[in-house]
Amino acid sequence: MTRNPLRLILPLAVFIASIAAWELYVRVADVPPFILPAPSLVMATMRADWPLLSASLLVTLETTLAALVLAVVGGVALATAFSLSRIIEYSFYPLAVVLQVTPVIAIAPLLLIYMPQPLAVLACAWLVAFFPILSNTMLGLQSVDRNLLELFRLYGVPPQRRWSARLGARLKAFWHLRRPAALPAFLAGLRIAGGLSLIGAVVAEMAAGSAGAGSGLAYRIIESQYRLNIPRLFAALVLLALTGIALFLALSLLTRFLLRHWHESALPREP
Amino acid sequence: MTIPTLVSLDQVRKVFANGVTALDGFGMDVREGDFLSLLGPSGCGKSTVLRLMAGLTEPTSGTVAWPGSADAGRRGEIGFVFQEPTLMPWANVADNVWLPLRLRGISRQEAKGRITESLSLVGLEDFAKAYPRELSGGMRMRVSIARALSVKPSLLLMDEPFAALDEIARFKLNDDLLKARDELKCTIVFVTHSIYESAYLSSRIAVLSPRPGRVVTEIAGTSPDERGSEFRTSFAYADLCRRLSQALTSSMAGERRR
Repeated sequence: MTRNPLRLILPLAVFIASIAAWELYVRVADVPPFILPAPSLVMATMRADWPLLSASLLVTLETTLAALVLAVVGGVALATAFSLSRIIEYSFYPLAVVLQVTPVIAIAPLLLIYMPQPLAVLACAWLVAFFPILSNTMLGLQSVDRNLLELFRLYGVPPQRRWSARLGARLKAFWHLRRPAALPAFLAGLRIAGGLSLIGAVVAEMAAGSAGAGSGLAYRIIESQYRLNIPRLFAALVLLALTGIALFLALSLLTRFLLRHWHESALPREP
Repeated sequence: MTIPTLVSLDQVRKVFANGVTALDGFGMDVREGDFLSLLGPSGCGKSTVLRLMAGLTEPTSGTVAWPGSADAGRRGEIGFVFQEPTLMPWANVADNVWLPLRLRGISRQEAKGRITESLSLVGLEDFAKAYPRELSGGMRMRVSIARALSVKPSLLLMDEPFAALDEIARFKLNDDLLKARDELKCTIVFVTHSIYESAYLSSRIAVLSPRPGRVVTEIAGTSPDERGSEFRTSFAYADLCRRLSQALTSSMAGERRR
C-alpha cells in the first residue's frame, strides 16, 4: 500500500542512528553495564540466555493471545446481546464499566488469592483487553444507517406481532446489516485490545511475582532487576517490545485485508 | 372507464412524539398508473406521506386504505427510494440490488436474472461488481433505484431522490426514470421541492401547504404522449411551471395570513 520508499527508509534510518549513538555513548563514556549496557551486549545476552528468555516469551505470548481471544469472544458476545436486547444492555453495561474503570493492578492481588497463578494472570489480561472490544463493537453495532434499517423493516419484517417473528427480523437485521456495519469499529477495538492484552499480561505477571519455571517475561524483568542483571533486563524488554510490534502489525494487516474493498481507512490515498 | 385506486389516504393526521403536527386533514387518492408528485416547501410532511404509504409509520388518526389488495401482502409491492442512496458500502452493486430479494429468502442464483434486469433498467449492467465508493453520486442513486425496482414494485415511492445531484445528472436520471416506468408500468409517488422537476415528470402534481401539510391544489401534468424530446423547452412546460409556481406561492402566502 505504501508506495513511497521514504516511509520505510526514514524511520529505519532514525532507528539505526539512535542504536549507533547509544553504542557509541556507552563505549566513549565507559558506562558500566549494570547502569546501561550497550546494544551489542544486550544482543549477546539475548543469545546466551535464549533458552531461558524464549521459555518466558512463550509464557507471556500464550497469556496475551489467550486473553485476546477470550476478550474477542466475550466482548463480541456481550455487545451482540446488548444490541439485541435493551433489557440486557441496561442491566449489565454499568457492571462492565465498573470493571473497566477499576485499575486492574489493584484487582490482581485479589485474583491471585482466588485463582491459581496462571489463571489469575490470564484473568487480569482479559479484564484489560475486553472493554475496548465491547465498547467499540457496541458503537459499531449502533451506528447503522437509519434509512437502511427502514429498508429492512420494509422488506424484511413479516406483518406479524409474534415475538418470535420480531426476534427473527432483528436477527436478520443483525446479520445482514449490523454485523458488517460494525466491522470497522470492532477492528479498531481489536487493535487497541491487542496492545492492552500484552500490557495486562505484563502487569499481572509483575503483581504475581512468584518464581517458578513457568514465569513470563515480566517476571524475568523483575528478577533481573533484583540481581542487577541489567543486560538481561534489556533483552527481556526488547522481546516485549517486539511482541507488541508484531501484534500490532498482524492486527493492522488483518484490518486492511478485511476492509480493503470498502472502508475509507483502508483505501490508498491519491497523491 | 374508471381507473382503480391503489392507495387512498383519508383525513390523515400525524403528530410526532415531540408534539409536532406533520399532517392534518390530509386526503389523497393514488390511482394506478399515476406519476404523482408531491410538491411543497421543506418540512411540510411530504416524506411522512410516503412513510405512511409504505407502512413504516402509522397515522395518529385517519385511514390509509388499499382498496385493491389484501392487507398482508401489500408491502411486497412497494419500492422505496430515499433522498440518499443508502447503499451498503461493504457490498458490491449486485449484492446491494439483491438485498430486498435476499430478505425475502430468494437465493443469489435465483435472483441473478432479476438483478441483471434491474441494473439494465438504470443503465448499470456493466457495474455489477463495483463497490459503491467507486461510483459517482448519480450512479449510486441509480443503484438505489435498481434496488427498489428489483422487487418489481407496483408502487414506487421516491423521497426527493435527485435533490443532491447536479442538474445534468438530474435531467438524465429524470429521462431514465420515465423510461423505466414505461417498461415496468408501475405507479410512482414522487416527493420533490423542485417545481421544474415535478412539471417535467408528473401526470399529477399535488401542491402541499406548509406544516401541518395538506393538499392545497392539484394540477394535472402532461401525459407521457405529449412529452417529446423538446418538452423541456416547450411553451406548455413553461406554462405548467408558471402555474405550479403560482400555486406554491399562494399556498405559502395563505398560510402566512392564517
